[in-house]
Amino acid sequence: MKKRATMPKGALNLTASLVSILAGLLVGFILLMIFNFDKALYGFGNIVLTGLRTPDRVAKVLYTAAPLLMTGLSVGFAFKTGLFNIGASGQYTVGAVLALVGAILWQLPWYACILLGMIGGAVWGAIPGICKALFNVNEVITSIMFNWIGLFSANLFLYNSPRMLANAWGAINKDRTAALDKANPSAILPKLGMDKAMGSNYMNISIFIAIIAAFVMWYVLQKTTFGYELKACGYNRNASRYAGINDKRNIVLSMVIAGALSGLGGALYYLSGTGQFTMGKQLLSMGFNGIPIALLAASHPLGTILSALFIGYIQVGGEALQPEFAKEIIDIIIAAIIYLSAFSLLMRELILRGRSRRRQAEEEKSRQAADTVEE
Amino acid sequence: MSEYIIEMLNITKSFPGIKANDDITLRLRKGEIHALLGENGAGKSTLMSVLFGLYQPDSGTILKDGAPVKISSPNDANALHIGMVHQHFKLVEVFTVLDNIILGAEKTRWGVLRKDEARRRVVELSERYGLKVDPDARIEDISVGMQQRVEILKMLYRDNEILIFDEPTAVLTPQEIDELMEVMRGFAREGKSILFITHKLAEIMKVADRCTVLRKGRLIGTVDIADTSREKLSRMMVGRDISFNVEKKESAPGEKVLEVEGLTVPSRLHKKNAVKNVSFTVRRGEIVCLAGIEGNGQTEFVQALTGLEKAGSGSIRLKGREMTDMPIRERSRLGMSHIPEDRHKFGLVLDFTLEENLVLQRYWEEQFQHCGHILRRPVREYAQRLIEQYDVRSGQGAQTIVRSMSGGNQQKAIIAREMDKEADLLVAVQPTRGLDVGAIEYIHRQIVAQRDAGKAVLLVSLELDEVMDVSDRILVMYEGEIVGEFDPRKVSVQELGLYMAGAKRDDKKEAV
Repeated sequence: MKKRATMPKGALNLTASLVSILAGLLVGFILLMIFNFDKALYGFGNIVLTGLRTPDRVAKVLYTAAPLLMTGLSVGFAFKTGLFNIGASGQYTVGAVLALVGAILWQLPWYACILLGMIGGAVWGAIPGICKALFNVNEVITSIMFNWIGLFSANLFLYNSPRMLANAWGAINKDRTAALDKANPSAILPKLGMDKAMGSNYMNISIFIAIIAAFVMWYVLQKTTFGYELKACGYNRNASRYAGINDKRNIVLSMVIAGALSGLGGALYYLSGTGQFTMGKQLLSMGFNGIPIALLAASHPLGTILSALFIGYIQVGGEALQPEFAKEIIDIIIAAIIYLSAFSLLMRELILRGRSRRRQAEEEKSRQAADTVEE
Repeated sequence: MSEYIIEMLNITKSFPGIKANDDITLRLRKGEIHALLGENGAGKSTLMSVLFGLYQPDSGTILKDGAPVKISSPNDANALHIGMVHQHFKLVEVFTVLDNIILGAEKTRWGVLRKDEARRRVVELSERYGLKVDPDARIEDISVGMQQRVEILKMLYRDNEILIFDEPTAVLTPQEIDELMEVMRGFAREGKSILFITHKLAEIMKVADRCTVLRKGRLIGTVDIADTSREKLSRMMVGRDISFNVEKKESAPGEKVLEVEGLTVPSRLHKKNAVKNVSFTVRRGEIVCLAGIEGNGQTEFVQALTGLEKAGSGSIRLKGREMTDMPIRERSRLGMSHIPEDRHKFGLVLDFTLEENLVLQRYWEEQFQHCGHILRRPVREYAQRLIEQYDVRSGQGAQTIVRSMSGGNQQKAIIAREMDKEADLLVAVQPTRGLDVGAIEYIHRQIVAQRDAGKAVLLVSLELDEVMDVSDRILVMYEGEIVGEFDPRKVSVQELGLYMAGAKRDDKKEAV
């Protein structure tokens, strides 16, 4: 009778995530009905279907999903090793800017820029990691601070680097970085003809790079001694110390890798050639969306691929809500869906509890049946 | 009036996935000492929690003096004069003894505490039952034995007639245990009824009138102590025969393996040293036991020895090599294995599978990895061999998540891993803590087998029975110092107890 409700872990996580997604969509639908009852069904249809309507939209989904996948991997990887990397946004920003520096100032090709982005993110992740390992400073606090430090350092740097800005390359704006097709076309990610095939400028290899990264992370965590050590530290730091694992080194390495993943995300997004880095006073949401993406996937690297595609999909769908719904409402709805998606942990617990209760009731019944037979 | 003061009839209580109590009936007579015996996880604590109002039973009834009662909270229990001394005391550390005793039952006038009367009652009670306490001392400043007396006084202050003691002797010295037994007998003579939860058979034989035995959540039976024996009780508890005496040959100590010299370890809690100038050696083929009451520096000593904490000064040598400042991995490679005190905190990664835990100390070896890639098949085969050899039982074999395994099997997994390392020195800290007699017997045999295979064994234990049965040499630690060295065949438990409590010490400092 000691058996717990047995259900394969993967299937359980998947069910929990799907239930959360459905709940999120339902809340989104209710919100739509509150704001504009007549158009609610139409709007909801847009959220759910737009992403597959045209090849161009599919391309946009993949383009949005690539950086989300990277920040999701970053947060999930840190989770697996027992760290909460809330600094993905800062690492993403620093990675993006360093990649753009390589592209615009140094006129490097795209792969070198990607590498620079990873290095930028890695450095930004390493600092909270070092603080945690050496001085036991909580990584949540340091990495939140480093989000802001990263953002304003990037702004400060861009203000003082006129060559980086769009107006130096024949455009009029000076609040954003130069468009890559003018500044350095060789830094734009290869499109391999997919853009023509799908009729979309958004299509490039970024999603494939991100998916490869997800598989690499899965391999590292699942199959290597390094991943074994990282997970041991994450689950039980004392036991890993007892086993002679250098926990301090692993904390730093884990944050370095998480940072590099986020930095790669920033590089992929801005090297697509369709977006320009705009100096603003708000943290980039791409980094924070990595948190629900990781949660939705229960931090599993391969699951992260699916959850990033899903979040990318509804974001693109949300864009199609205009003009019937205000732009802010779209953000609220997406936020509600993401928020409820993050409940997948809770859902998992509820599913488990429901199953074990049912099982118990069945056992009870069969026992009673057996008892009556005996009598 | 009913012969029984409390009757728990057909109590059933389930938790998700496990039936902790399955149709259990326990009847407590007025004025008797009734022992409740069972292995870990047999359902003793659940049953008592039901009686104390902490859990509601799924089915079954409780009668007090023959009339059904409903106990839905400890307050209800208190109103029925049921009191409980928990295994881990429920005291406010920074309050005085008196404040703790009256807490929850304060007498006030116009909202102002009236302690004078309370103090008189406490002093009167403590004199009447020989429970010496200082009502104005703070809990954090008094010994564990005295804290227990405070818990007992709490029950008396509330006029409780039914007293539940949950494993009360685990934290006491032999002298304190004798005193407690005397106090319990005194209560019974006065007509109070006592429920005494334990898994120590000797204590039951000594003090109890009757004994109820549980096994795996089921009632095995209730027996009169006068008509039973230790062996019979243990068979009821475990379901098979158990040998109590650890069989072992004379030890034949060989060369020195571990040499500790003048080791001092600073305490993490206060400025003083937790371990003071400790020196001793352990040779091949002998089991040296470090005995003492909890909190006398054993934990800190072991952490310094195994590398989990830094030593202050002094030196530790393993096979002649200095290892005072060596990293843990190197100590392990040099020939040390370590069965840690806290198997959940240190010994296991609970969310890893059994096989992952079995290679925790050697996953980096050539046979298990190639260029950082873990070789699944050798790991699986190795785990399977250990599981078979050491009889580690689990739901899904090598792939079971360790968290879902029973405590005894978790410990067996650690034993398997550490003993299979073939290290020259085995450091075993409280290796049988919280385990049932069957598992204890097994682990003791394994430790003796290691000794006979020429290993040096350092056993750190708080259990005097274990100390006496297993070791070849006993070192007693008190307040961070080694205060005496004994041959287990030539010393009595009482004598050891005096040293452990700090009442006696040998001044020839150098234990060899």
